[in-house]
Parts: sequence; C-alpha cells; structure tokens
Amino acid sequence: MSNATTINMDADPKLAIKAECRNFNFHYGDFQALKGINMPVYDKKITSLIGPSGCGKSTLLRSFNRMHDLYPGNRYGGEIVMHPDNTNLLAKEVDPIEVRMRISMVFQKPNPFPKSVFENVAYSLRVRGINNKSELEDRVQHSLKGAALWDEVKNRLNDLGANLSGGQQQRLCIARALASDPEIILFDEPTSALDPIATASIEELVVELCEKVTILIVTHNMQQAARISDFTAYMYLGELIEYGVTDQVFIKPKNKQTEDYITGRFG
Amino acid sequence: MSASTIVTLPLNQSLDLQVSDRLRKKASRHMKERVIEFLLFGAALISVFTTLAIVYVLVSESWVFFQHVPLKDFLFDTQWTPLFDDAHYGIMVLLSGTLTSSAVALMVALPLGTIIAVYLSEFAPFKVREISKPFLELLGGVPTIVYGYFALVFLTPLLQKIYPDLPGFNLLSAGLVMGVMIIPYVASLSEDAMRAVPMSLREGSYAMGATRLQTSLRVVVPAATSGIASAYILGISRAVGETMILAVAAGMQPNLTFNPADSGATITSYIVQVALGDLPHGSIGYQTIFAAGLTLMLMTLMFNLLGYWLRKRFREVY
Ligand SMILES: Nc1ncnc2c1ncn2[C@@H]1O[C@H](COP(=O)(O)OP(=O)(O)O)[C@@H](O)[C@H]1O
Ligand SMILES: [Mg+2]
Repeated sequence: MSNATTINMDADPKLAIKAECRNFNFHYGDFQALKGINMPVYDKKITSLIGPSGCGKSTLLRSFNRMHDLYPGNRYGGEIVMHPDNTNLLAKEVDPIEVRMRISMVFQKPNPFPKSVFENVAYSLRVRGINNKSELEDRVQHSLKGAALWDEVKNRLNDLGANLSGGQQQRLCIARALASDPEIILFDEPTSALDPIATASIEELVVELCEKVTILIVTHNMQQAARISDFTAYMYLGELIEYGVTDQVFIKPKNKQTEDYITGRFG
Repeated sequence: MSASTIVTLPLNQSLDLQVSDRLRKKASRHMKERVIEFLLFGAALISVFTTLAIVYVLVSESWVFFQHVPLKDFLFDTQWTPLFDDAHYGIMVLLSGTLTSSAVALMVALPLGTIIAVYLSEFAPFKVREISKPFLELLGGVPTIVYGYFALVFLTPLLQKIYPDLPGFNLLSAGLVMGVMIIPYVASLSEDAMRAVPMSLREGSYAMGATRLQTSLRVVVPAATSGIASAYILGISRAVGETMILAVAAGMQPNLTFNPADSGATITSYIVQVALGDLPHGSIGYQTIFAAGLTLMLMTLMFNLLGYWLRKRFREVY
C-alpha cells in the first residue's frame, strides 16, 4: 500500500529495505489468494503478518522462498525484489534453490528430519556440498548457540531430533535455518504448536536473531506481533489492508478494518 | 426366527406390531451383529488353526525323520542323496542353492525396486505414476511358471552367448528372472512407505535449499526406512520361497555350490521334485520333504522376526 512509503522512519539511518513485494499476485489454480501486494521488508527488522485465518499470510510468506514452485497449478505475477542486489526472486532465470539458500524458513509445526540433532543442523550445509568435518562441527555448534539450544543438546548431538521436546525441536529447526547464514528467515506461526514457556523462549530468540538477520513472521497471535515486531502488515482476503510501524498499527490504525481486527471485534 | 412370528400376527394388532416390530428389529440387528462377529472370529480362527496345523504336520513328520537321521548329519553333511542306496541328508546342499539363487534375485530386485519406488514416489509426474503402477502390478501377477520358462528358453541362451560354458540349467538365469518377478513387490511397498512420509518433511528439506534428489535420498528414504525394510523382507521371503522358476530353470541336481553359474536344487524345487515323484508315503525319502519344509519355514520365520525388529528399531516418528 502507498502508506508503506509514508511511514515516519524515526530518523533511523540504518533502516534499509531488504526485500519488497511489487504488485504481487498469487493464484492457486483459479483461486486468487493474493491481490496486488506492495510491501517492504526492512533489513534486520522483524516484520509480522497478521490477519484472520485464510487471508493469505502463509501464501505471501511462502512466495519469498518460492515454496509454491513445488506444486503444480500455482501461478504468480509481479515481483519480489531482494536488495541490495536488486534481484527479482520470482524471475524465471533465478534458481529457486539459490533463493532458498538466501532465504530460509521455519514452519508452523516443528519438522526435524529423521536424523540426529547434529545432522539436522548440518543438513543445510551438506546440501551445499560442505562436508568438511571440522567446518561442520564449528558451524553446527555456532548455529545451535544462535538458536539458544547448544547448552541443552551439547551432550546429545547424536540423539534423534524427534526425541527433543516440542520447543527444543522448533529451536532445532531454527538452528537448521541459521546454519546456512541466510539473509532472511521466514517464520510461519512458529509458536502455534508450542506451550507458553516454549513460546516465550522462541519469541526471545527471534528478537535476538534480528540483530543479524531480517525476519518475516506470520502470527495468528496479535500480542505476539505487538511484542516482537518492528513492522506489522494486516491482511484481509488476500489484500494488504494496512502496513506500518507496529506501534502505530496497534495504537492508531489508519484503517477501520484493522482497528476492528486488533480490538477483537472480528477475526 | 423372530421375524417370521411377526409376519404371522393378525392384522388387528397392527399398532402393537409396529412398536414391537421396531424393537424386534433392534433385537434382530443385534443378533445379526453377533452372527457377523462370530463369522469374523471364525475366519480369524481358521487362519490361526491352519498355521498351527501346518506347524504340527511339519514338526511331527520331521520328528520321524530325525529319528532316522541325526541332526548333525542333516546340518553338516555335504551331500544330499536321499534316494540313493548310500543316502546322505546334508541340507546345506539345498540351502546353498536357495541362498545363491536368492542372492542373485535380491541383487536385482532390491536396488531396482528401490530406484523405481524413489522415481515413482518423488519424481514421476502424476500421469506417469498412474499409468506405470498397474503395469508394475501386472508384472507381479505373471504366473511364476511363465517366468521359469522365460529364464530357460530365453535368458539362458542369451547368457550362453556371452558365457558359453554356462549350463542349460543354472541358478544365475533363474535368479535374475526371479529378481524381475520380485521387483514389483519391493517397488510397490517401498513406494507406499515413501508416499506416507509427510509433505512437511519434504518442505523442510526444500526450504533448506536441497534439490529434489537430495530431498528424496537424504530425507524421504531415511524417513521411510521401516517401510522399505518391510518391503525388502517380503522380497527376501518371496525369493527364498520361490519354487517354479527354480524347478524349471535351475535344474534339480543337488549341488553344494555358491556359484550362480552352476545348476542346483533349492529346498523348494527339491520338495516339488519329491512330491511329484512316486515315492511311497512314510519312506525316509518322502519324510525328507518335511524336514526341508521345516527348514524353509524356520528361515522365513527368521526373516519375519528380523523385519519386525527392523520396524521397531526404525519406527517413523514424524
Ligand atoms: N494449496 C492450496 N490450494 C488451494 N487453495 C489454497 C491452498 N492453500 C491455501 N489456499 C487458500 O488460500 C487462501 C490463503 O491461505 P493461507 O495463505 O494458508 O492463509 P493463512 O496463512 O492466512 O491462514 C485460503 O483461502 C486458502 O483456503
Ligand atoms: Mg497459515
């Protein structure tokens, strides 16, 4: 939306756009799930996508790493441009695997591979052809520390990932996403399958991560969006209704629909 | 029986009839369920009883056999000549034929079956899968005697062109054709196991920048290990138990050998041979087939236990 460009940037000199959607449309077969989305994603900030179930949050998120390419019948138009190199991620000549090396993802339900804790994290390195033992060990350890999981699993690196608790599994998935040093990490409702304590630790982790990496997160939990994100986008029926600095969107939403949703009058 | 009493009631009781009819219907429905339950139980009982009966026959007849032939000879003798005057009963001879032909078959069936399963489950477009699965199943439905003659009259002459010393009956071509016969079983079960792997695991792999091949081999196959192991075990059991192909194409000369280029008898082909011949029932020669059958059953049991253990050991936790 046009108000994206009119946000008061609070005189933050470091604020740079990492990626942006330009007139992005998406179809599942004949069903148009996203309509003309224009939205920036700021570098090393947390942007959250909120809106009622089925409004297209996941669809938009998964467009960034071209997950939609996995299924036949999905069509999209417009651009998602990544900066600073100005690459249109959706261009035919751009290899989706290259995109996924730069933009990693954490899913709604923890989905560790049927492998050891170590191999789960090493996976994103091995698929890039990194098989050197000491390099793997260094980077796995670094990623596990980054995901605040190292202390809990350093003595059980050979255990199956599935044997960890739900919250630990989700942090393992975050470590896995971190291992390849991505520029953006996409989170699709990463805490919806977790208890409140595990949720709090993931939230804390996401906030820490944004010092190093740009974060785009879908959440069904408005408090969560308000707590952790710098920017918030409110979507409804495939359209971006409002986008802005989180405080502004929550305190003084410009749009009546947004206000109704945030105050719980519908959604 | 209750239904017929209702029908004969006089008409002036029609109101009563409606009510009681409804109740009776319930009662008769209950009866019906009991009957069905009983039939199902009976069916289950039949299979249990049959198994027990087979075990009983095998064990008791083998018992008679082992009263005449010491177990030590059975296990360690290097000749199998039960019909000669100088009779020897070394099961190793038949076992070597079974193991050699099975090894050849499995070297064909397991790799090819797995590759086909990976292709069908992870790579093939929907249409290709829908078309090729019935063909695969057709391959499994060809009578084994056809495979046997295919080995004898087609494959063996072909192999003889490359390797002229190959005897007309040999374990190699029987094993190869048996492998082709087993491919559909391995492929179909492995494919089912791989398709049961949830999409979320594949998406996790793709999202890490993996290719389709990496996702298939490093995530999907390991996640389907227990199902694939079951498929392999079934393949092994089929190979060990296969009879006609070997009887037709491998010759029936008992031969202690692990060389596939030799001819040889297997446990199963020996049993066919004896059962078809006119041996007097109750003779020791006749009794050998039960001892051989018991050996075969114990082997199959062992593989099934191994399969059970593998399934437990590598049970999928999604
Ligand atoms: N694979 C699909 N095929 C067809 N329609 C889909 C598919 N996935 C999602 N949709 C539809 O697209 C819309 C947006 O879905 P989604 O992005 O998952 O919503 P959200 O994440 O906001 O709950 C919904 O109406 C949903 O029914
Ligand atoms: Mg969603």
